[in-house]
This record gives sequence, structure tokens and C-alpha cells, in this order.
Amino acid sequence: MVALYPGPVEVGGIRLRNHLLLAAGILGTTGASLARILANGAGGVVTKSIGPSPKEGHPGPCLVVVDGGIINAMGLPNPSAAFVDELASLAGEPVIVSIFGGTPEEFRTVAGWFAGKASGLELNLSCPHAEGYGAAIGSDPALVQECTRAVASLGVPTWVKLTPNVADIAEIGAAAERGGADAIVAVNTVKAMRISTALRRPVLGNRFGGLSGKAIFPVAVRCVYDLYEACSIPIVGCGGVSTADNVVEMMMAGASAVEIGSAVIDDIGIFAAIADDLYSLDGIDAGEIVGCAHA
Amino acid sequence: MHEQMPAGVTITEIVEETPSIRTFVFDREIEARPGQFVMVWVPGVDEVPMALSSPFSITVQKVGDATAALFAMHEGDRIGVRGPYGNGFAVSGRTLAVGGGVGASPLLPLVTAGLVDTFLLGARTASELLFENRIRGAATLMVATDDGTAGHHGFVTELVSRVDLADFDHICVCGPEIMMTAVLAVLDREGCAERGLFSLHRYMKCGVGLCGSCCTDPHGLRVCRDGPVFSGDVLLDSEFGHYARDASGSRRRI
Ligand SMILES: Cc1cc2nc3c(=O)[nH]c(=O)nc-3n(C[C@H](O)[C@H](O)[C@H](O)COP(=O)(O)OP(=O)(O)OC[C@H]3O[C@@H](n4cnc5c(N)ncnc54)[C@H](O)[C@@H]3O)c2cc1C
Ligand SMILES: Cc1cc2nc3c(=O)[nH]c(=O)nc-3n(C[C@H](O)[C@H](O)[C@H](O)COP(=O)(O)O)c2cc1C
Ligand code: FES
Repeated sequence: MVALYPGPVEVGGIRLRNHLLLAAGILGTTGASLARILANGAGGVVTKSIGPSPKEGHPGPCLVVVDGGIINAMGLPNPSAAFVDELASLAGEPVIVSIFGGTPEEFRTVAGWFAGKASGLELNLSCPHAEGYGAAIGSDPALVQECTRAVASLGVPTWVKLTPNVADIAEIGAAAERGGADAIVAVNTVKAMRISTALRRPVLGNRFGGLSGKAIFPVAVRCVYDLYEACSIPIVGCGGVSTADNVVEMMMAGASAVEIGSAVIDDIGIFAAIADDLYSLDGIDAGEIVGCAHA
Repeated sequence: MHEQMPAGVTITEIVEETPSIRTFVFDREIEARPGQFVMVWVPGVDEVPMALSSPFSITVQKVGDATAALFAMHEGDRIGVRGPYGNGFAVSGRTLAVGGGVGASPLLPLVTAGLVDTFLLGARTASELLFENRIRGAATLMVATDDGTAGHHGFVTELVSRVDLADFDHICVCGPEIMMTAVLAVLDREGCAERGLFSLHRYMKCGVGLCGSCCTDPHGLRVCRDGPVFSGDVLLDSEFGHYARDASGSRRRI
């Protein structure tokens, strides 16, 4: 396997301690837990998605562990503006605040609370458009461009996280780039559901959810590959990464860094474990392999 | 990690333990360590954490939607359970148990396994004392009620000062957080906080250590995965006894 040279990296306007970030919504609800993940070797952390007003989330079950992955329908629980307090102890750390809204204006409002208080922002576009008809904002290129611009124009490093549940993710990535995104994060969870045969009903309280974990790694690699062809800003690969070799593969598809979420279920020390395998003082610069599979 | 879909279980017996607490016995054995819990799925309502009071049962106090829906169920009805989750109580040598209200539930498997020497049991009033008879047969029992209708008139915490803590290798505690905080203060004063094992209650959504809902300050420990049982020295100078987060992650005073 390829080994990488260790050390800090800069991706999409944000300085990270290494290429491995914590994905949004995994242990990202409190400052203390984000600090724990950083202490455990992550190069940066993304918080739980924060929205315009406090939300309790969907009724349970909110998450179920299945073969090869996890299906969740948390329903974006978040304390809204009160989350600013959680960041107090993390000043100067590589923390990216994930935000969501139902309109470009809402995105801008929430972004305003965190501008200057974090290394950057990540836009979660997988939530339904407030004035739309249930379709996620992330499936409409014009809206993606507008929401991105609303935040990027504040002058904060702006990453845009895409949903894989679209026909052509490259088109959406290009829209984010036009809106002024500094990087694209791909991907969020893949639409999924399971039914309890014992109780004859969908197992999640919300009926439907999103699949993450090893099962979606090939989907994520394909999305990153397609985006690399269509965009010129950095791509952060996310989805099913659980080993150093997965990180290298994502990079070869076109990712400059990766986010890791579900793999934390097996080991909260996963970041240090992967870093141990990935980095070596006689390793190469990541730039040598990013996108090399496109040659 | 292997598949963990909720198992469908049928309620075979409902025991009225006290006016506000019922035990739901089901038809599947869940092998667990004392103090571990399951996520209980009440179809169409919610999924909530509940300690196992035996490999076949949970013991529930009615406090809100999901527990009220459970109380409306009958023998033969089905619910889902996944787990067991969490670390549970790891004891050796002589053990003192301190339980308040429904907090006696996770302590019962320790009693059943013959691991408890002395049990201090507290409740608001005599009729709310949980598992009094089952504990009496297996351990030395001391009782306290807030209104004095049985045993010591006052808090169960006050009984802790009446036993010789030096006699015990572990002190297992579960009950309302105010009560547990008071017990921790006694242990700390006696210089033996690390011998206390406290089972915490925080808002849980996933139960498997991923969502962050149950994380505590200042170490970011997950009650569902790193706990629910923590030793007293870990809880000193923490959020314990001061605040907790609700379903949205907003802080609420205890
Ligand atoms: C590890 C653990 C073991 C527990 N064991 C028992 C037990 O053996 N017997 C028992 O009666 N109770 C137990 N509880 C408490 C029990 O989970 C709550 O009483 C129950 O969730 C209430 O649900 P509800 O819908 O009836 O109440 P709601 O109306 O939803 O809320 C009432 C209160 O219940 C608590 N609560 C609600 N949902 C949750 C949740 N998902 N996670 C944690 N707390 C919640 C909150 O404090 C809330 O303020 C345990 C809790 C934990 C964390
Ligand atoms: C429990 C859980 C909660 C999540 N919450 C969020 C969230 O709030 N915002 C977001 O953008 N993505 C959220 N995600 C998606 C992850 O950030 C990530 O995109 C996805 O899980 C794929 O990566 P993984 O396979 O490494 O987990 C969540 C995923 C899980 C499992
Ligand atoms: S309940 Fe999700 S991390 Fe504990």
C-alpha cells in the first residue's frame, strides 16, 4: 500500500492536522466529544448539523445497525444557536460547523452565528427545501448555487456536502463550485429502509432513512470520481471509509481528504489507528496520488 | 459489526410492582451483564433505553409517552428490543447497593446473582419500594422512605452514613441524579469515590455510541457505550449533578 508523508495539510481553505476528519452527525453534539475525537487522532472534526431553530429529531428507533452498515433517521436534532457555547473550549482547533436551513436566507443566518468561531462551515444540503415539495435542496442545482453563495459570500471557508441521491452528482458539484464553494464533500447517506419482519413495520420511527458505513464505500468512490472530472475545487471523500487503504482509494478517485463516520462504531480510536497505517516518514506527498486513477 | 435489528418479543406477563412501576416479562432471553440495558421499541411511539431487571424483563416507571404506551399494553402484545448495550456493573469482593425508586431495577440482577451483601433501598413512600421482598431474601436490606411510611424517615443517602464503607469493595448506585450526587459526595468525603459505581441516565437515541446524544462533559464519555456505569472518581468535577442535555442537545439543569 502507498504510505503518505505525515503532517498538517490545507484543504478548501482549512488547515487540518492530517487527512482524516470526523464526519457530521457522529459524536458531534458536544464540544467535549469533539475534543475527544481530536485527541484521538482526527485531523479535523465536523459538528452535528445545526439549523435555524432547536429540533428534537424523529421519534425512535433513529438508528439500526445492519449488515455492512448503519441506517439512520435522526431527524437533524440540534440545539440551534445555543451550540455556539459548545465551541467555546475548541477555539483555534480544526473544527468545521455543519449547518442546514430550508432556504438560502436560513443558511446565511445560521452561518452568521458561527463565522469567526470555527475553521469553516459545511453545508448539509440533504434537508428538504422549506418552500419546495419535500425534495432535498441538494437535488436542485440552482438552489445549491444560491445556498452556497449565501454562505460563501460571508468570507468563511465553505464546504458543500452533497447527497448521492441524485441522477447526476457532477452537475450539483459544479453548481456548488459556481456558488463559491471552497471544497465539496461527497457523500451524505444513501436512501434506505428496513422492515421488521417480526413487527411487520418499518424499523425506523421515520420509516425511511439513510445508509452509511462499508456498504456505501463503492457508491462514494464513484461519486468522488465523477466530481473530480467535473470540478476544479478540492473534494473531501466520505462514505464507508474504515481503513488506510480506503483512504488511499478515495484519494486516487480524486479526494484531497476524507471524512469518517460510521467506522467509529467499531473503534472510537479509528483515526489514530488509520493514521498509524497511512503515514510514514518515508511516505509520499498526497498530491502524487489525488486523482491518479483518472490518468 | 454484526446486524442488530430489533428482536420482536412478546410480552408474556405484566407484574404490578408498585402503583407507578410495572415489570414486563417477555419470551426471549437476553444474555447480559448486570446493569446493561436494551433499547425498547414501542411500535408507533418511540424507542427508549431500559435496564434489564432480569434476562427476560424490563421494569418500567410511567413517566411520559413511551412508558405510558407500554403501560397500555397487554400480555400477548409485541415490542422490539435491541441490545444488550453498555458496560454494566463489574464487581468483586463485598458489594453495597444503593437504589432509589426505579433505580433498583438495574441493581436487581446483581442481587439475583448473589453479588450484593447489603442493599440500601429508598422510595418516596412505602408502597413505591421496588423489589423489597426479593432483595430481603438475598441481602441485608435497609429501607428509607421520604415520608417515613417504612424504615428510615428521610433519604436513602442518609443510610449510607450508617454503614461502614470500609466493609465494601464496591458501592453500586442507581436512582435519581440528586440522590446519586449526594451518595458521591459521601464517598468523596470518605476518600473512596473510586469504589462507587454509578449508573447514569442521559438522553439516548442510538444506544451504540455514534450519535452523540448521551455524551457527557468534560471528557466526552458516552453514557450508552462507555457507561452507563461510571466510577465515582470519573464523575467528580463533571456535569454529573449539574446539568444534562435534552433530545435537541440543549443543556438543562438537573
Ligand atoms: C441506561 C438507562 C437505563 C434506564 N433504565 C430504566 C429502567 O430500568 N426503568 C425505567 O423506568 N426507566 C429507565 N430509564 C429511563 C427511561 O429511559 C425513561 O424514563 C424513558 O425514556 C421515558 O420515556 P417516555 O417516552 O415515557 O418519556 P418522555 O415523555 O419522552 O420524557 C420524560 C423524560 O424521560 C426521559 N427520556 C425520554 N426519552 C428518553 C431517551 N430516549 N433516553 C433517555 N431518557 C429519555 C427524559 O428525561 C425526559 O425528560 C433508563 C434510562 C437510561 C439512560
Ligand atoms: C448517526 C448519523 C448521523 C448523521 N448526521 C448527519 C448530520 O447531522 N449532517 C450531515 O451532513 N450528515 C450526517 N450524517 C452522515 C455522515 O456525516 C456521513 O455522510 C455518512 O454517514 C457516510 O459516511 P460513513 O459511511 O463514514 O458514516 C450522519 C450519519 C449517521 C450515521
Ligand atoms: S445514544 Fe447515541 S451516542 Fe449514546
